[in-house]
Amino acid sequence: MSAHLALHDLTLGYDRHPAVHHLDGRIEDGALLAIIGPNGGGKSTLLKGIAGRIAPLGGRIENSFPRLAYMPQIGDLTRDFPVNVMDLALTGLCGKSGMFGRIGKQDRQRAHEAINAVGLTGFEARPIRTLSGGQMQRLLFARLMVQDAPLLLLDEPFSAIDSGTIADLLAIIARWHKEGRTILIVLHDLEIVRQHMPQSLLIAREPIAWGASSAVLNQPNLDRARAMSEAFDRDAAECRRAA
Amino acid sequence: MQARRIMLWLYDALISPFIEFPFLRRALVGGVALSLGAAPIGVFLMLRRMSLIGDAMAHAILPGAALGFFIGGLSLGFMTIGGLIAGFSVALASGLVSRFTMVKEDMALAAFYLISLALGVTLISASRSKIDVLALLFGSILALDDATLLLIVSVASLTLVALAFGYRGLVMECLDPGFAAGISRFGALFHLGFLALVVLNLVAGFHALGTLLVVGIMMLPAGIARLWSETIAPMLGIAVLSALIANLVGLLLSYHAGLASGPAIILVAGGLYLASLVFAPFGLLRRFLPQRHLEA
Repeated sequence: MSAHLALHDLTLGYDRHPAVHHLDGRIEDGALLAIIGPNGGGKSTLLKGIAGRIAPLGGRIENSFPRLAYMPQIGDLTRDFPVNVMDLALTGLCGKSGMFGRIGKQDRQRAHEAINAVGLTGFEARPIRTLSGGQMQRLLFARLMVQDAPLLLLDEPFSAIDSGTIADLLAIIARWHKEGRTILIVLHDLEIVRQHMPQSLLIAREPIAWGASSAVLNQPNLDRARAMSEAFDRDAAECRRAA
Repeated sequence: MQARRIMLWLYDALISPFIEFPFLRRALVGGVALSLGAAPIGVFLMLRRMSLIGDAMAHAILPGAALGFFIGGLSLGFMTIGGLIAGFSVALASGLVSRFTMVKEDMALAAFYLISLALGVTLISASRSKIDVLALLFGSILALDDATLLLIVSVASLTLVALAFGYRGLVMECLDPGFAAGISRFGALFHLGFLALVVLNLVAGFHALGTLLVVGIMMLPAGIARLWSETIAPMLGIAVLSALIANLVGLLLSYHAGLASGPAIILVAGGLYLASLVFAPFGLLRRFLPQRHLEA
């Protein structure tokens, strides 16, 4: 199996304090990988690092995917901005067509199909400020579809979403998986992980377990993750582990 | 006969002033050009929640223009270059500070424009020459010479071309800055380029309306547009249209009632804003005229 994404002794964090500490591994192409662990365990930080939003404190990320789509936990989308559902879905095209490229009929057709696929048919002309939280999440999934990226990074896409919507969005993720895309998804609901995610990375600052979800999700591992201190040691000494 | 008299009256009221007085014609041309460039810029400032940035930037430009006057006298070139240098420095410095430190853009800008303002006032006080501060503050739209008109029209053209090319990037940066950053590494450039356009329009406009009032022709039309539309393209059109109306009506009002022209233009824009605030589709009146809700 080839891997376009690999992490080499990766340390990520803020103000020199590591949130992800010495993580090594490769994410095989086409993997559907759940990233799980306690709050403050470095899950979001890992996605941010892979997305290139923060620079590593140590080690490196090797990413040879031509494009990626990243859905942050709390995005900085202006919810009352005067655009409609169709416009927002179309912004997904900019990864390919750039800031100046032409948006043609086919592109609009793609956006339409994505809006239909997430169950927002008929919402095209609605201003985005009128959408509910779940509808907005569906729309952001539609934009991810339009982006058509080989690597997807989803940070807690199901927080505060009802079960019906989660089922629909999981079906979309399954479709992406079938299409061979590589997907990293931060999740808290272990039941969803057991049922829908073939692989998991359990991380609590230090990586705890990485592999088939059934093997990762056992009580000893989860207990270890919980026991990892979340404390933020202000006077931590410099890490002596080999770089 | 009646119709003919009305036509004559309308001709006298609306058209003959511009035919009789060349300076009024020039003022109209300058105002139209200014409206075409500054009003869309105002809409983007508003969408970025930077409505007060224009005002801060105008204060930053004032000392530069004064310094230009101090060095070169009442010369278009010196005052324009002085204003541009002051404006660009403040915009660039605050843009960089907000990108690379914890300081947010509004604080960064506040700091630099205050430094610029204090520096300018110090320099003016130290010099012996008398600067017509009122002309700097409130402009002289009735005294636009060829060179000034050319400057205003060039800046308006440049602004429209730049907005046409940068439209998508600008909208994306306002709508979802994180997403835009993921797509293009040039997000910062779009932002700085946009700030440069703000400075250019303010500098071109201060010759006509003064460093402070020029902000009015930038921001008031944007406020009007927001009350009439919920999508960006119509908003841009409405902003330009209301700026044009304010210029035309303001000049006529100043001519017939003997008022100062610059303030008259901004007052008309302000009147349009207040009227929109009440009557526009997204204005106040809608709150007090409740419509029955629709079927679920």
